[in-house]
Amino acid sequence: MKEADYELVIIGGGPAGLTAGLYAARAKLNVILIEKLVPGGQVVISGWIENYPGFPEGVSGPDLVQKITEQVKRFDLNIESNEVVSMDLFEPVKKITLSDRTISTHTVIIATGASPKKLGVPGEENFYGKGVSFCATCDGPFFKDSVVATVGGGNTAVQESLFLTKFAKKVYLIHRRDKLRADAILQERALANNKIEFLWDSVLTGINGLTHVEKISVQNIKTGDKKELPVDGCFMWVGIVPNTHFIADTVKLDEYGFVIADLNMETSVPGVFAVGDVRNTPLRQIATAIGDGAIAAITAENYIENIKK
Amino acid sequence: MAKDILEIGDSSFDAEVLQSEKPVLVDFWAPWCGPCRAIAPMVEELAAAFGDKVKFAKCNVDENPATPSKFGIKSIPTLIFFNQGKVLDKIVGIVPKSQLEEMITKV
Repeated sequence: MKEADYELVIIGGGPAGLTAGLYAARAKLNVILIEKLVPGGQVVISGWIENYPGFPEGVSGPDLVQKITEQVKRFDLNIESNEVVSMDLFEPVKKITLSDRTISTHTVIIATGASPKKLGVPGEENFYGKGVSFCATCDGPFFKDSVVATVGGGNTAVQESLFLTKFAKKVYLIHRRDKLRADAILQERALANNKIEFLWDSVLTGINGLTHVEKISVQNIKTGDKKELPVDGCFMWVGIVPNTHFIADTVKLDEYGFVIADLNMETSVPGVFAVGDVRNTPLRQIATAIGDGAIAAITAENYIENIKK
Repeated sequence: MAKDILEIGDSSFDAEVLQSEKPVLVDFWAPWCGPCRAIAPMVEELAAAFGDKVKFAKCNVDENPATPSKFGIKSIPTLIFFNQGKVLDKIVGIVPKSQLEEMITKV
């Protein structure tokens, strides 16, 4: 076997990457996990998680992250705060270029997840942190007795809109369809909440104000009617985009930009795996990310055993 | 909490931050904010590394509503870098540690 700095490099420290790290560390692989920001990924901004088993009352995203992080640290997983700039995967010993150096490895697990999608409407960038937010649990309390708008109709949008009703006196929920996509139980709660006013078949077209968000423009896509609404804040949950900028053309992506991987989490390149939200998975949940991470770590371990022979 | 980070509030803000001779990095946070908890260790590492040149402070926005409102804070974590009583730079949300280092070493 050719020499390499590591047997396994895990890129990304959300639930999928941390679980892969947990299994790899327990298997005593020579492993490093590279995290660009902080461990936890999108779970860090998740408010209350009710569908992750083992927590009958639910668990807050940050608490769950803290528990997983403590667990991996118990097995001495090496986590480095750094960013992957590019990868060279053509040789059996793969090269990963970080912001300050290049490391070599036999296997790679891509666990970079996804980021909230931007709508791309005027005002969205300018007013970020000035009324535009993607994190209701962080910023909801700044909107006590205020009027806020939320955009989206999926689980996150509906759950976080419900959370915002604890603070705001009114929440406009803007959704481009005429019904919600969220789980039935969340739909029921939202529809029964008299602080939420639904703007069906509608899209957000602009965010305006002087120093802070003061009003938004909304258009009904069926009738074409446009209106302006005075609001103090605007929260958006309109889906996600995979974090794959460093991948270039090293592994195959699907038409939406997610990494294609098989049942063993293996990508188009042998020894390179993809797990969690960045993968072309049918479901993006903590529960599924955890499973992906475990499978990839074991497959990577088998791969390493094979090349040692 | 690391001893290198000074807990400040509405009453001590003027003396500790605006009147400070050293530049001050203020971390506006709250206990209910997940990303704030997530970046806290990063800020502590920076305090350990740059504590001799820069004063590190944290302000709980829950207990001290006046100061964040004065600086137009509507999202946390927000990190504001002050020098000689003026805002030099402001960062909202979770950013890579290298970006914070860059901000601090600019002075």
